Amino acid sequence: MNSMEKDTRLIGREALAKLFAQWLGEGRRILAPKQSNDKVDFAEVETPGEVSLDPVQTGQSPKGALFPRVEELFSFPSRDGRVELRERDLAALKPTVVFGLRPCDAAALAALAAIFNWDSADALFSARLAALTTVGVACNRCDEYCFCTSLGGGPGATTGSDILLTDMGGGEYLAEVISEKGRQAIQGAGTLFQPALGKDKESRLARVEKAFDLDKVKPALEALFDDEAFWVEQSLRCLGCGACAYVCPTCACFDIQDENGRRLRCWDSCGFGLFTLHTSGHNPRPLQSQRWRQRLMHKFSYMPERQSVLGCVGCGRCSRACPVDMNILEHLRAVAEAKP
Amino acid sequence: MQALRSKARELLATKTVQVIIGYASGGGGRARAVFVREAAKADALVFDDSCQQNLAVYFSKPEVRKLGKAALVATPAALRAILQLAAENQIAEGELLALAVGGDDVVPLATFAAIEAHVAARDGDWSAAEKEELQKYEAMGLEERRRFWEEQFSRCLKCYACRAACPLCYCTRCTVECNQPQWIPVPAHDLGNLEWNVMRAMHLAGRCVDCGDCGRACPVNIPLHLLNRRLIREVFTVFGSRSGRSAKGDNALSTFKPNDPEDFIQ
Repeated sequence: MNSMEKDTRLIGREALAKLFAQWLGEGRRILAPKQSNDKVDFAEVETPGEVSLDPVQTGQSPKGALFPRVEELFSFPSRDGRVELRERDLAALKPTVVFGLRPCDAAALAALAAIFNWDSADALFSARLAALTTVGVACNRCDEYCFCTSLGGGPGATTGSDILLTDMGGGEYLAEVISEKGRQAIQGAGTLFQPALGKDKESRLARVEKAFDLDKVKPALEALFDDEAFWVEQSLRCLGCGACAYVCPTCACFDIQDENGRRLRCWDSCGFGLFTLHTSGHNPRPLQSQRWRQRLMHKFSYMPERQSVLGCVGCGRCSRACPVDMNILEHLRAVAEAKP
Repeated sequence: MQALRSKARELLATKTVQVIIGYASGGGGRARAVFVREAAKADALVFDDSCQQNLAVYFSKPEVRKLGKAALVATPAALRAILQLAAENQIAEGELLALAVGGDDVVPLATFAAIEAHVAARDGDWSAAEKEELQKYEAMGLEERRRFWEEQFSRCLKCYACRAACPLCYCTRCTVECNQPQWIPVPAHDLGNLEWNVMRAMHLAGRCVDCGDCGRACPVNIPLHLLNRRLIREVFTVFGSRSGRSAKGDNALSTFKPNDPEDFIQ
């Protein structure tokens, strides 16, 4: 088959269960949205029955599959005064299928990769990414926090998914096989699929209205940079916690900690005052308003400039998780419409 | 709501205060904090059951302090927070006007004595649902309780939303931010999460005003307020005191008295 030709098929729920079994048999682990207590988040599953695709979005993003909240980069145990350097065994990382991520989360992988492989390739991140297969599920519902279409994405967008499923109703999914990894994930499973016979996913997709003009955001941000009053006003109720950064599928800031002979990479957030505190005691961003500005600048100005990719995919998680109802969509609209 | 709005308009028009820290309608049926500085914008203020955030938390935010003298739309928990902040020398008499809300009424409370009297007159026990929640938790055996918290803390992201949302967590530099020495492990692994969450709860023992904002703020829904409630009960049982009732209160766990009956401390 020509790689440019669209490979679209149908798969039923029972066949999907067999596909899950095949993946497990191949030694892959499957991460998918799973209900636990009162939250649905990515966790290991073995059958499609454990997967919960009911919520518009999971509470946390799937970025932990590539960038865990704590991970050992290498270790340096010492014995009798001698220090040994132990690299991570990258071959031991388990091949992983992330199932049920939304198109926005799939798009976020490019932003993460752009950061981790910016000036030099991050070996651990790249090894995890190479071992990762993404089986997205298109959105047939959205909520007031979603704004993927304002950023070039969409509820049925295929970017970043190796396979994209769309729930066609009646226990049937339309499966678009997007990449070579996607083809490999269904190798030998051809009988589980039926021909799609002209089925079209469009009518099944959520309608996410465009909320602002993205072209205006970057120049507006740059013009507003020194407008202290604007940023103070925008962020008055922000309390400076890291909830937004930690649920974000693209936020990639980290802290390095040495602990018992292990070097650890831990999530960090530019929203924390400590993030930029210098040893001298000087802090170039002493106020929350400056840190909130940094959050928007990094995602919508610095990343497009340096990495040619947006640092936001419009998933709306930060707005849903914010304890004080900071809503990034409202703030972007305010930026796009500001008259500096 | 009308009483609140007209009071706000009056306070701003007469320049009694420069800002009203209150609630406005937010997204998804939630309320959010609003900082009203013009009488003409007082109609943004709302007060209903969705208004749960303890707005006293904003008193320690530099950008909010810069707005000038504030009137704070205060739930009972916010009034207790103001008294506790006063007891800890974080708010001086006359620095803040409390607008006590509840029902359709709004009661301006200008002095700590007035807030103390207002709180005392309406002080009650936990609701039946709150008691039941705590009883269910206390009924667990020691081992079961340990497993309960292990599971809860395993989800902790160390985003510190609990700290940020707490009006009594006003330290400009938290213990977790001190790294010479590093008292609390930074990574959000089991030990780091246990130490952080236990330290947070213990630092608030005898100081927590029981607003529940720590648990409400948590993006992974850890019922952090249960730890605080348990400690509130403990402190009350041992010391007979409840925080947030007096502007001059001693803090049970950070007050030294020369005539302390315990030998070990002398």
